[in-house]
Amino acid sequence: MSRLEARPAPSRAMMLASPLIAAAAMLVSGSLLFLFLGQEPLHAFYVYFVKPATSLYGVGELLLKATPLILCGVGLALGFRANVHNIGADGQLTMGAVAAGCVALYFDGVEAAWVLPLMLLAGALGGMAWAAVPALLRTRFNTSEILVSLMLVYVAYLFLGYLVHGPLRDPAGFNFPQSKMFGAAATLPLLVEGLRVNAAFPLSLLAAGGAWFFCRHTFAGYRMQVSGMAPAAALYAGFSEPRNVWLAFMASGALAGLAGVGEVAGPLGQLQGSVSPGYGFAAIIVAYVGRLHPLGVVLAALLMSLLYIGGESAQIELQLPSAITGLFQGLLLFYLLAADLFIHYRVKPRTRPAAPAALSTETVPHES
Amino acid sequence: MNPDYLIAILASTAGAATPLVLASTGELVAERSGVLNLGLEGIMLVGAVAGFAVTLHGGSPLLGLLAAMAAGMAMALVFAVLVLTLQTNQVATGLALTLFGLGLSAFLGRDLVGQTVAPLPHLSIPLLSNLPFVGPLLFRFDALVYVSLALVALVGWVLARTRLGLAIRAVGEAPHSAHAIGMPVLKLRYATVLFGGALAGLGGAYLSLALTPMWVEGMTAGRGWIALAQVVFATWKPRGLLLGAYLFGGVTVLQFHGQGLGLAIPSEFLSMLPYLATIVVLVVICRNPQTILLNKPMSLGQNFKAD
Repeated sequence: MSRLEARPAPSRAMMLASPLIAAAAMLVSGSLLFLFLGQEPLHAFYVYFVKPATSLYGVGELLLKATPLILCGVGLALGFRANVHNIGADGQLTMGAVAAGCVALYFDGVEAAWVLPLMLLAGALGGMAWAAVPALLRTRFNTSEILVSLMLVYVAYLFLGYLVHGPLRDPAGFNFPQSKMFGAAATLPLLVEGLRVNAAFPLSLLAAGGAWFFCRHTFAGYRMQVSGMAPAAALYAGFSEPRNVWLAFMASGALAGLAGVGEVAGPLGQLQGSVSPGYGFAAIIVAYVGRLHPLGVVLAALLMSLLYIGGESAQIELQLPSAITGLFQGLLLFYLLAADLFIHYRVKPRTRPAAPAALSTETVPHES
Repeated sequence: MNPDYLIAILASTAGAATPLVLASTGELVAERSGVLNLGLEGIMLVGAVAGFAVTLHGGSPLLGLLAAMAAGMAMALVFAVLVLTLQTNQVATGLALTLFGLGLSAFLGRDLVGQTVAPLPHLSIPLLSNLPFVGPLLFRFDALVYVSLALVALVGWVLARTRLGLAIRAVGEAPHSAHAIGMPVLKLRYATVLFGGALAGLGGAYLSLALTPMWVEGMTAGRGWIALAQVVFATWKPRGLLLGAYLFGGVTVLQFHGQGLGLAIPSEFLSMLPYLATIVVLVVICRNPQTILLNKPMSLGQNFKAD
């Protein structure tokens, strides 16, 4: 038997290593699952985790899918650092897409350079407006931001559903629940001709860089992190909690809204009944796996994007169910949380200083 | 209004409320022992798919319900090992459990989509169920509706009046003191989390075996989260759970009967009602910090490690 012993200080090495351990553990369990599903594990492993990254087109898709994950993940990580748990990013993304979509459809036919910036602005504001509700309710009424932001995700889905079934439905669309296709002026420019990755990707890197600068070099960023790590100290120092809550929600709402614009003005090109296959939720995993660090988030988003793309290629080539993607995502976070144990504890083999103690109980059995 | 129609609405309210009653009762017990399990939604989904799969593949509905409870407990065990033994953050682990449950249930249920089973049989108690008005209203539900009501009463009694209940509350209020006087804090917490998992699994199976006897990906549609809100609404007291769940059942039912009641509102807006109602109710309960401070288990969400 061995037992856990608290480390005198958190291990920095383990902090960096645990996402890698988690990724490795997930890959191993993934291979076992492939074996269980009757696939040749090495081949399935190759198709799922390697092949998507071997072609230029695959890399483009990887960056395309990573974009909303980076945008949402960076915003969520900022909040999680300050103990503000916004888990409604998918709703904020959806409302950002709705706001940008409304702009695009309102100015349909206007081929001007200001349409796209206006859409980005509208998307960010849409996400912020949706994020303002949990922020307001938490700061004013002490209501759990977890539950409120989550409830609003369903409300946002339903609102989008209403729009594409009703007022924004394409009249020439054979009754499909989707809007008209956006015009060229309302579509994000592609980075490389032939690939689908668009201008939202550099924007997401910019956001990650900005968040890094904010945390590292600004007083507001410092205040937020103190509130997260030592709430009592923050209180003593007079750092305002409501200000942190608002800051976290506004930043993550704006970024999630931009992620929504990136989808509808990018690969989708229109409003559809669903604009996100759960990017806002996957971004929770991205934020934690990325160690709540903006640069870590970028790496974690690439890994998570690989899971999405790999899931698609496994579905096509191996006829594996697409639900595997969600399974892997959940496993990854489990393994990470479990591996994090070793940041604060180390395994100590149970040595036997117990021997003399055992002897003493033997010799004086009736002492007590 | 046509009395038959009114009875139908009231009766379907009980159907919509029962999964919430089940899941929130289990969560309440876990929270009273100090463990916040945000993975309820994921547990309910896995319970729904497990119960449905077993029933579809020839098991009796009873076997299906047992399978759902076992699946819920298995999920809760994963959570318990991570949170109680490995000391992980409860919020993050709960979120992970929900995301994992979403993926796992979709994976397990991939071949079940579009199939149906016979819904849980409705009891019809002789004589009583034939009473006018009262009969169909009170005595023609499936057995689980009654079971859920009995469970709330039982949990209320155990928590308030028994030694076990005292131990659970002590562990939730002051785990270190409880540990110091020799209470098995972690064992009790394991037990309450597993109990909560079993009930959440059962609540999920109620959706896939009784309410809409089929499997659809993500069919809980946030009910696990609403059940979590219910516990706050009830201020951690079992008797509040019933009121909350039936209130929400009523709101949920409105969306199906909106047209019949002559409400000219798009169905999407009616479907938003349960979520909006949850937010409104949370605000009403939480706006007075005293209510929460007085009733919330002191160690809720905090890990305990014996030194």
